[in-house]
Amino acid sequence: MTDAAASPQIFRDSPHDRPPQLAWYASRLAIYGMLILWTVICLFPIYWTITTSFKMAPDVMKGNMVPWWDYTPKWLGWRSLGLSPDTIATGSTVRAEFLGRFLNSAIISLTSSGLAVVLGSLAAYGLSRFSYRFGYMRNSDISFFFLSQLILPPVVLALPFLVLYKELALLDTRIGLILLYTLTVLPIVIWIMRDQFAGIPAELEEAALVDGLSIWGAFATIILPIALPGMAAAFILSLVLTWNEYFFAALLTSTYANTLPVMVASQTGSQGISWWSMAALSFAAILPLVIIGIVMERYIIKGMAAGAVK
Amino acid sequence: MTDSGDLLHVVTNDDIPRRRVVFGRAIVWGSAALLAGIATAQTLDRAGTLDLGFANWRPTLYAYVLWAGCLCWGQVLVRGEQGKRALFVLPAVLFVVSLVVFPLIFGLIIAFSDWNLSSPTGRKFNGLDNLRQMWADPFYWNALRNMIWYMLAIIVEYAIAFGLALLLNSQIRARKFFRVAFLMPLMLSPVAVSWMIGKSMLEPRFGPLARLARFFGVENPSFFESPEMARLVMMALDAWTYIPFMMIMILAGLQAIPKEVQEASRVDGANAWRGFWEVTFPLMLPVSVTAILIRIIFKLKLADIIINVTSGGPGGATDSVTSFIFREYRDRSNVGYGTMLAMVYLLLIVIFMTVLMKLLDRWMRPQY
Repeated sequence: MTDAAASPQIFRDSPHDRPPQLAWYASRLAIYGMLILWTVICLFPIYWTITTSFKMAPDVMKGNMVPWWDYTPKWLGWRSLGLSPDTIATGSTVRAEFLGRFLNSAIISLTSSGLAVVLGSLAAYGLSRFSYRFGYMRNSDISFFFLSQLILPPVVLALPFLVLYKELALLDTRIGLILLYTLTVLPIVIWIMRDQFAGIPAELEEAALVDGLSIWGAFATIILPIALPGMAAAFILSLVLTWNEYFFAALLTSTYANTLPVMVASQTGSQGISWWSMAALSFAAILPLVIIGIVMERYIIKGMAAGAVK
Repeated sequence: MTDSGDLLHVVTNDDIPRRRVVFGRAIVWGSAALLAGIATAQTLDRAGTLDLGFANWRPTLYAYVLWAGCLCWGQVLVRGEQGKRALFVLPAVLFVVSLVVFPLIFGLIIAFSDWNLSSPTGRKFNGLDNLRQMWADPFYWNALRNMIWYMLAIIVEYAIAFGLALLLNSQIRARKFFRVAFLMPLMLSPVAVSWMIGKSMLEPRFGPLARLARFFGVENPSFFESPEMARLVMMALDAWTYIPFMMIMILAGLQAIPKEVQEASRVDGANAWRGFWEVTFPLMLPVSVTAILIRIIFKLKLADIIINVTSGGPGGATDSVTSFIFREYRDRSNVGYGTMLAMVYLLLIVIFMTVLMKLLDRWMRPQY
């Protein structure tokens, strides 16, 4: 009894149950400080672009930052695009051009991503389930052949394609860009989907085959629904890459099939003082992907994480 | 991934009627003959021996597509079940081969010719002249040297990305918000970024970053006048766009490490610092290697931002190989020389990547 009081305490509270200490608060502060710092670094350019699109020349020169506080937002930038409330009803050549480019970008990126996901998923499924022999090439060689396309820099293909497309009358057409974009994202799709299919047990299809489905039937009815989230991830990642692609679009299109990045780039040269219209244009160009980024964040992360972790 | 034998065992009794096989072979060879015929006709037409009035090579393209379709269909007709399996991979293989291998062969021909699209003389074979010109072209070597600098920047990017991933993986509130915010730069088009940051935020008079620099006492901040500064800015811009990519991969790796491992190290008396270097970091090596490799691959294509912000200046200090070749074509329409530069670049990349992968393979192996 007497030495129980003198002996050191045996049962302690676990660290979680004790009141937080100074070091803990300091580490919290440091962590949140760094998080917020990086958030500012990531988001400030977007904020800057939005606010600049509502500024006028004096606001730009004075460096006003916060709307309604140190400057009054004006529709100047959006009016020059023909997208402000008072010009939206009237005709505008700039708006027509912008919408045309927007449509081009949308059609090209959606179609090429779709095509890449279809081709890539089929190939990845085949490679994950059957053993092939094309000549001396086996499965691992075929996989490597697809993935090695990743290291092919666009410049190598650009000039041959320029000449080839000229001969084929595909220069400055959407089809031409769609084919090329599909090619550039295909390795990434195969990479993601191979990982997805490898995670699905083959017993599932075996059961389906025993029940009398053909291979393609089993693929369409059993595997496809399971792999759908992975395909969505691959699709969205492809969408991001193809929507933002500039190099091929700048080389292979001139008047008809221009995409949005080409339009933004061509305006950049003549920026001068009309920051507000450039800001409006830039913001309109990034807005679709900003929305996709916020809504589909889960899929983008899933897509990029695939293959990173085995 | 197995190499030997199918993962999916299928037993089928393929009774393919003889007529089906014959029909399958017939459409494959028939369409191939059609393709060869049209291609020959077009070649003769182009050479001037025949006058068939082809405006472009579209007919050959259509014949090729028809042949590719017949080849796929013929697989199923001739080989039955095996053909159906081949049909999974065949379309993608045909697509990639026709869009990569043909242009590459074609590119090799262009690379050894003197061809300026703006000159009326057309293509002339000129042997190794392009190579000699390249050897003496200081701007190309300069661009290659810049690529080495850009590659070295990946180390810093990796460190930042790892730090951010650790932050996101720690016990924090509003994790989803931070994740979305950190992901944002990756979603933005490099062209828009080059205006948003490169041209407006870094503008020396009114740009907010110039104001910030002046606030910290820098007189007349200029971001694109000295070569070193311009290159640093380019690295930073590119890093800003692609850090989220590495961050997400590393974050995925961190989340895959079982909590018990770190708990065990803490029980063994490791503090946070040693726990990181002796447990977390080694476990993350495979993921890190993948992330860095992919980042290298993307970095080798670096061009959009450079083309739009500095167009290689000042004095080629920020030029990447891709942006240099882009201007070689844009300003001088020099297709032959540009292609040769690109081919040499491809060769260098293939050598570099092969050596790198071999080294990594050797370095990583003892750990498994």
